[in-house]
Amino acid sequence: MIKDMLKLFITNRKALLGVIILSIFIFIAVFAPLIAPYHPKQSSDQEGKFQLRAAPSSKHLLGTSHAGYDIFSRLIYGTRLSLMVGIVTGVITTFIALTLGLLGGYYGGVIDDIISFINNIFLVIPSLPLIIVIASYITIRGVWPIIFVLSFTGWAWGTRVIRSQVLTVREREFVKVAEVLGEKPLVIVFREILPNIISLVMATFFTSTIAAVIGEATLEFIGLGNISAVTWGTMLYWAQNNAALLYNAWWWFLPPGLFIGLLGTSFALMNFAIDEISNPKIRKR
Amino acid sequence: MKYFLRRILWLVFAIFIALTINFMLPRLMPGDPATILIQRLEGLEPAAINAVRNAFGLETDKNIIIQYKDYLIDLLHGDLGISISHYPTPVWNVLRKALPWTIGLMGISTVLSFLFGTLIGITLAWKRKSRISDAVLGLFLFIRSFPYFWFGLILVYFLAFNNPIFPLGGATKVGLMPADGWEYIKSILYHGILPGMTITITSMGYWILTIRNNMINVLAEDYITVAKAKGLSMSRIKNLYAAKNAILPSVSGFAMALGFVIGGSLLTEMVFSYPGVGFMLYQAVQQQDYPLLQAIFLFIILGVLFSNFIADIVIMILDPRVRDGAKK
Repeated sequence: MIKDMLKLFITNRKALLGVIILSIFIFIAVFAPLIAPYHPKQSSDQEGKFQLRAAPSSKHLLGTSHAGYDIFSRLIYGTRLSLMVGIVTGVITTFIALTLGLLGGYYGGVIDDIISFINNIFLVIPSLPLIIVIASYITIRGVWPIIFVLSFTGWAWGTRVIRSQVLTVREREFVKVAEVLGEKPLVIVFREILPNIISLVMATFFTSTIAAVIGEATLEFIGLGNISAVTWGTMLYWAQNNAALLYNAWWWFLPPGLFIGLLGTSFALMNFAIDEISNPKIRKR
Repeated sequence: MKYFLRRILWLVFAIFIALTINFMLPRLMPGDPATILIQRLEGLEPAAINAVRNAFGLETDKNIIIQYKDYLIDLLHGDLGISISHYPTPVWNVLRKALPWTIGLMGISTVLSFLFGTLIGITLAWKRKSRISDAVLGLFLFIRSFPYFWFGLILVYFLAFNNPIFPLGGATKVGLMPADGWEYIKSILYHGILPGMTITITSMGYWILTIRNNMINVLAEDYITVAKAKGLSMSRIKNLYAAKNAILPSVSGFAMALGFVIGGSLLTEMVFSYPGVGFMLYQAVQQQDYPLLQAIFLFIILGVLFSNFIADIVIMILDPRVRDGAKK
């Protein structure tokens, strides 16, 4: 089942493109020190101090910032934290959604009522304002508070979808048979139900990772992140707060947004492919 | 009717929960930003210090239930505390000026985005074998992956800064007053185009995707095949048989999407310095105006709850299964 999914996944053109883009970003993140010509906080070399607000040149592919940092190097190094925050948040969010969805969907009863109740509340609270409000109360600025806030506010949609899918799967014959055979609930959940909702779990992961990447950039752009960290979001923060627009420095604010968009697109493509694979009606052309 | 009552009950209940969350949030937060803030704002008058302490729930002499009761009573009287950044103006007076801008900008952009998105989505599903429709779909997947604020920045850069077709920001030309009549309205529309475009374009992808997938599902139904076999005209099948049924989940998805749309428009306002709630939220964050922050958050939740309610009522009118209570 899972093997089939993987096979379909690789043969799907959209998924393949998504995987390729993501792989490139992972490559950039891992080998950042080899790709970037300078350290992200380096503002001079043996020839002397870097020019401030320099335009793109062969020495600085994307120019320099107001502090003389090489923007291209920051873009490359920024991939590390941006990607990390996105994926870690995606994993945490998916884990919460899966746990709550399985618990509520499989056990039903009071557990389900409580989970659904909290879930419905989180669904109607618009997440971005909530994220901003919570983040502005947290006085520690850093990557982990951001991951915490994004995970705390991001699980509701996934839980909703997974729970309702579990509800239908648990009524299917093979689950009933396993129950009659006296299998333990944990075995049923992991061996019978989980493989049947795996595409949904993957979709949840992709969706919440996109949301996390954009959410992180947003928080940092507003100045609610650690502004000395090197990420795409803080690059946009510095560009905005140093009037990159008025200096006509498109090389400063264009690339970070483009990278965020590309990373988001890669997840969106994989998500779309999952949809096509698991829903034959959409696949059939 | 039963459905209607249930929705009203949920609305009332959700509002109550929203008020409670708004009350609890600052009290659950670790640390004590209030004291830091009070220190920073040296020379603040006692009334303002009290406003800060109230917002943070630092009236330690009162127990939490009494605090909660006071909070609800104050709210009923429209008393949201005193703004720190606009001291000594009450929060409500500050917020009141921002609300119409946001409601106008967001309301119009959301409706436009829904209409265009739905029309495009229907066409993409109907012509899903063509290469162009694949490309359009890909384009919107791509646009949807950008941070809203960044998309706004790009529009400002190309359409206001580099080619000064549109204004850089603000909601009207400085100096114009409502008394200027038509000039004033024209200025509002002119200033609204870029932020409106940002919200419309970035949120359109959601509607396109939703309706497209629904539409493809509906097109595989037997009654579509029957309609084709009967020789009905293609436009009749597309609009009356397929689109009409595919649109329902989109309307119910409206409630879910609204949260994203609101998030997007908050950021759009920040980029365009549009004097609405989003820009005010940004300023409140920058200036650590916690009473204002709380009030804005509360209003956003209330806005979402009421829009949800309206979407529920629209579904009730559109969907006979819900209306007659066969389902639920």
